[in-house]
Amino acid sequence: MSLVTRRNLNDQDAAYAALIGAHKGLSEAESIALNARLILILMNHIGDPAVIGEALALATASGARPAG
Amino acid sequence: MPYDYKPFPFVAPPGLTAPEPRHAVVIVGAGPIGLAAALELANHGVRSVVLDDNNVVSVGSRAICWSKRSLEILDRIGVGAACVAKGVIWKVGRTYHRDREVFNFDLLPEPGHKMPAFVNLQQYYVEDYLVAEAQASGLIDLRFKNRVTGVSQTADGARVEIETPEGFYTLEAGYVLACDGAKSPIRAMMGLEFQGVLFEERFLIADIEMEADFPSERRFWFEPEFHQGQSALLHKQPDNIYRIDLQLGWGTDPAEENKPERIIPRIEKVVGHGNFKLDWHSIYTFQCRRLESFVHDRVIFVGDSAHVVSPFGARGGNGGLQDVDALGWRLAAVVTGEAPGAILQRYDLERTHGSDENILNSSRSTRFMSPAEGAERWFRDATLALASHAEFARPMVNSGRLSVPCVYPLSGAPDVAGMPSASRPGAVAPDAPLGGDWLLSVLGGEMTLLAIGQPAPARLALRVVEVEVTPEVKARYLGDRDRALYLIRPDQIVAARWERAEAGAITAHAAAIWEGRA
Ligand SMILES: Cc1cc2nc3c(=O)[nH]c(=O)nc-3n(C[C@H](O)[C@H](O)[C@H](O)COP(=O)(O)OP(=O)(O)OC[C@H]3O[C@@H](n4cnc5c(N)ncnc54)[C@H](O)[C@@H]3O)c2cc1C
Repeated sequence: MSLVTRRNLNDQDAAYAALIGAHKGLSEAESIALNARLILILMNHIGDPAVIGEALALATASGARPAG
Repeated sequence: MPYDYKPFPFVAPPGLTAPEPRHAVVIVGAGPIGLAAALELANHGVRSVVLDDNNVVSVGSRAICWSKRSLEILDRIGVGAACVAKGVIWKVGRTYHRDREVFNFDLLPEPGHKMPAFVNLQQYYVEDYLVAEAQASGLIDLRFKNRVTGVSQTADGARVEIETPEGFYTLEAGYVLACDGAKSPIRAMMGLEFQGVLFEERFLIADIEMEADFPSERRFWFEPEFHQGQSALLHKQPDNIYRIDLQLGWGTDPAEENKPERIIPRIEKVVGHGNFKLDWHSIYTFQCRRLESFVHDRVIFVGDSAHVVSPFGARGGNGGLQDVDALGWRLAAVVTGEAPGAILQRYDLERTHGSDENILNSSRSTRFMSPAEGAERWFRDATLALASHAEFARPMVNSGRLSVPCVYPLSGAPDVAGMPSASRPGAVAPDAPLGGDWLLSVLGGEMTLLAIGQPAPARLALRVVEVEVTPEVKARYLGDRDRALYLIRPDQIVAARWERAEAGAITAHAAAIWEGRA
């Protein structure tokens, strides 16, 4: 299986709001910790190291600073 | 009762008065690895001279955890039974976060092996037994207070310069084994780089003597109440000695932390009372490094001189004994002219591979204990937080992945799909009960064909061991097949396996091994 990058959430606005909602009222450090736990949980759920590898690559590439 | 160090006497070597005849093998260092190498060579009938600058066994305990594979190797060289009889046998490790157990492991869940998963035994006892065995061997010339000050390669060997209390002398050798430890003076003399990382962390390591009935289990704590924010390890040893490791942090002053008046209150908090005696203590910073190559013409690096790891996982001494295992039979064959020098490159290949695996595991554990600020710490803390809520996070908690032998990458070795992966080519042949004996006691020492559920092919010019199909043999060697032929190397590594084979195919593979092609 490969990483799903097309739309995969029926109600993306609700999912996005749930993510933001989980962080509500948290300090920056608490948010960082929550994100870290969430990533570990999702990574385990995915299980497939190839998919995780593609996700890591996409996350890295999409954060790359534009040259210059 | 603390160990009673008895100095070994200095005996003036013959080389002080007249040049000695050339020696086949000179071993520098009488630590566990140099001594084991000498005994392994002696097992193959090869003489050696062992030089050590000191005259007592390991000061302070250092290594305490000896793995099943090490015990099997030590058994072959005559001290396995003594180590098991004296040692504390254990197989369960428990990891705690604060006061809650988050993970445990059982290192030997199945019965039917001669050796236990681990014994804890102070390094000085192991060396003590090895010295006695070496002195009784007749093939080993053990020389204390002989410090090597120079090593140089010659056309067909190496020359060793030695300093003794009564003067200097020189030895000529076919091969020199540098078993001179983590700070290897020979490595420095040869200008070889030791590549890797140093962890910016300090650990207090202490052995205490006390009466207690703590279980024979490895116990590791992350952020325990008794040692705020850091990690701690507690291990039981023989003679009422307990090993305690406490993580201190990089910012601490090692000289200050090594004072008993600082150490004793810390340990009181761990054990809950002050009724103990401090036996030995030291502050360590750990490294994971290795030489790029372990074989340099006629000088061969073995043990800590070739590679060092942080001790969480007990991969230092245990890794070194596996070096001895991979080197001994090959070097013996080269020295006696039965194999070309090229087969020593296989030692290099296999043990740099094993060393990388040990470094990888030890580095990961150390970084989990001592994460860098930022992402490393976020995910470490997230794992610990999740561990008491979700099963998947528990095995991610990394307090050390304990030493198991690596599987050598024997690409192209004949193999059979459907046979167990535990006995695939490159792995140590799994032990199994054999009547009143053990399979590993009859394998090894020589290239051997293990025939299971069938006789060995006729006219096979190899040592043969034929065994019946017992449930253990079936599970460990046959899987879904009902017969097998296993070619086992002298170091008990599975070299190849077939369901059926002609004598010619088997001897051809054995020949390839002796020529260094497999
Ligand atoms: C705190 C701690 C805990 C550890 N725990 C474990 C564990 O649980 N399990 C495990 O497997 N490993 C453990 N280790 C690692 C283990 O102690 C080493 O891997 C082991 O000692 C390596 O053996 P060696 O023979 O290669 O080197 P060493 O034991 O260092 O021996 C080298 C020898 O060479 C001699 N020598 C040095 N220079 C010269 C010279 N110029 N001339 C002549 N002789 C010389 C020295 O005197 C010494 O006797 C631990 C280490 C530490 C520090």
